[in-house]
Amino acid sequence: MAVISQIALHVFKESVRDKVLYNLVLFAVLLISASYLIGQLTAGQEVKIIKDLGLGATQMFGLLIAVFIGIGLVSKEVERRSIYSLLAKPVRRHELILGKYAGLVLTLAVNILVMAAAMYAVLGYMSWVESEEYRQSWEAPATDPALLLAIFLIFAQLMLVTAIALFFSTFSSPILSAVLTFGLFAIGHFNTDLRNFENVVDSRAAAYLARALYYLLPNLEPFDVSAAVVHGQPVSLGYVVLTTGYAAAYIGALLLAACFIFSRRDFK
Amino acid sequence: MTSGGRGRPGDRGTGRSVDRNTGRSVDRNTERSVDRNTGRSVDRNTGWWERPAPFAVAMVMLVAMFASSAEVRDRVYAASRVETQLLYIPDGEVLGRMALSFDALLADVYWIRALQHYGGTKRSEGPDKNYELLGPLLDIATTLDPRFNAAYRFGAIFLTEGYPNGPGRPDLAIALLQKGIEEMPDKWEYYMDIGFIYYWWLQDYDTSAAWFEQAADVPGASPWLRSLAANTLAAGGSRQSSRTLWQQIYDTADHDWLRDESARRLTQLQALDDIDQLISAAQRFIDQSGRPPRSWAELIDAELLSAVPVDPTGRPYVMDFNSNTINVSSDSALFPLPGETLAPP
Repeated sequence: MAVISQIALHVFKESVRDKVLYNLVLFAVLLISASYLIGQLTAGQEVKIIKDLGLGATQMFGLLIAVFIGIGLVSKEVERRSIYSLLAKPVRRHELILGKYAGLVLTLAVNILVMAAAMYAVLGYMSWVESEEYRQSWEAPATDPALLLAIFLIFAQLMLVTAIALFFSTFSSPILSAVLTFGLFAIGHFNTDLRNFENVVDSRAAAYLARALYYLLPNLEPFDVSAAVVHGQPVSLGYVVLTTGYAAAYIGALLLAACFIFSRRDFK
Repeated sequence: MTSGGRGRPGDRGTGRSVDRNTGRSVDRNTERSVDRNTGRSVDRNTGWWERPAPFAVAMVMLVAMFASSAEVRDRVYAASRVETQLLYIPDGEVLGRMALSFDALLADVYWIRALQHYGGTKRSEGPDKNYELLGPLLDIATTLDPRFNAAYRFGAIFLTEGYPNGPGRPDLAIALLQKGIEEMPDKWEYYMDIGFIYYWWLQDYDTSAAWFEQAADVPGASPWLRSLAANTLAAGGSRQSSRTLWQQIYDTADHDWLRDESARRLTQLQALDDIDQLISAAQRFIDQSGRPPRSWAELIDAELLSAVPVDPTGRPYVMDFNSNTINVSSDSALFPLPGETLAPP
């Protein structure tokens, strides 16, 4: 555990030193702040648009961080040949994988916290400058704590995407890993269609295959509760717990597979 | 770094090295070298663009150049620009699938496009105002975000507004609000808005009253809707009932824009009262002189008016001597008055 923590901390420090990471955070903060200006255009929908933009930017920048750093976590070590010196140390292969994953998740957590804080700051300012009468017309309070649920599920989704990127990184090139990860991210938002495939095809074999793919491929659509939260619709705790449980199990499977593949790789 | 040079072992960590070709001691951090013979500090490979002052001057000049060329181009060639009114993907369902989890954000983008299209066309001074994208843009925004309250309510107002201030399409507005009702049957405001469109724009008071009744039946609806429905049935179309309706909207508006719009409508009703009085004065002039008046001055001379009459926004009323009608000026903020909208070209 201590080794994993050390590696995680190292990955986090490396990410923080990475200027691209800083730029992404800065850009996200600027975008969220600029959303206030965009809100001025929109006939009483400032708060909705700032929330949409804030949550969308959080997800987009988190996704870029998860994919573009995640795909290089292992493959970069192999390309640089630094994997030899790493493995020569008293570090077991699965500890390296888990440490790398934990480090990037820590980086994502810090990023998302910064973006969430920026979004709440903008929304808090909006709420502060508006009259009580105008605030009453909003579907949900500007600094609605329920936004944290949406942010939490975005974080859970990004943890899953990070696990996918890391999984591909253990056996594939960075470019191919990026393509495959983005591909799975896109498929993950169409996955619900596979569940209903049997309603549109006659072949039972095709229906079974579609159902199997539905369970096998990641289903990312349930992680998106932003629209419900922005419109003040309730999101039950049970739903959040089940979705998080799904993410935890899926991440566990991906990390297990990544450790298995990496442990059998021959670096000679 | 030092070109062609290699630092001595003792230099490691000091940031200095010796250039093999020139024999100069080079500071790797500052890109400056020290001539061994003269002891003077010499810039190495430093272009003028690397020095702050020339760099700043050049940047300011270049920014000024491209900004001014853009300004000149926009002024000189404004007329030759071809505005594209195109929906690249007209289907909200398809767009929603392509947006992955960013559909709410995309709905905002389409809402802002709808606002810009409506506002830009309304303010344009061209002869042919074309609002044909407004309906599709609102439809896409509400498909991407089916609970987009403002897109339904404000969108319906934009769609009903008569030409040239809007496309004059109450049918599209009703369809948009019915789409909202399908998504949120508990929104009594949508039923009320449909009733209002039948009242104000289509002058179908029976249907209007039926929609007000439906609105009143929704749990949590405002209590005044029931009396509004009864009033519409009893005195639909009367100016007093219109005034009551707009006053209710003004009092319950939760957005400044809606409050301003209802205030404008109330002012229009006031202008209609003024015009009734002016017509009455003109009729008295006809009774006295046996002919219609040819100018406001004749009514003033006949002591039927004290001054040239102006509407509540301060613009003089216009008398049309050919049709013997009185109206607000076409450049008044109140133009066109209800029931006097123009036909789109």
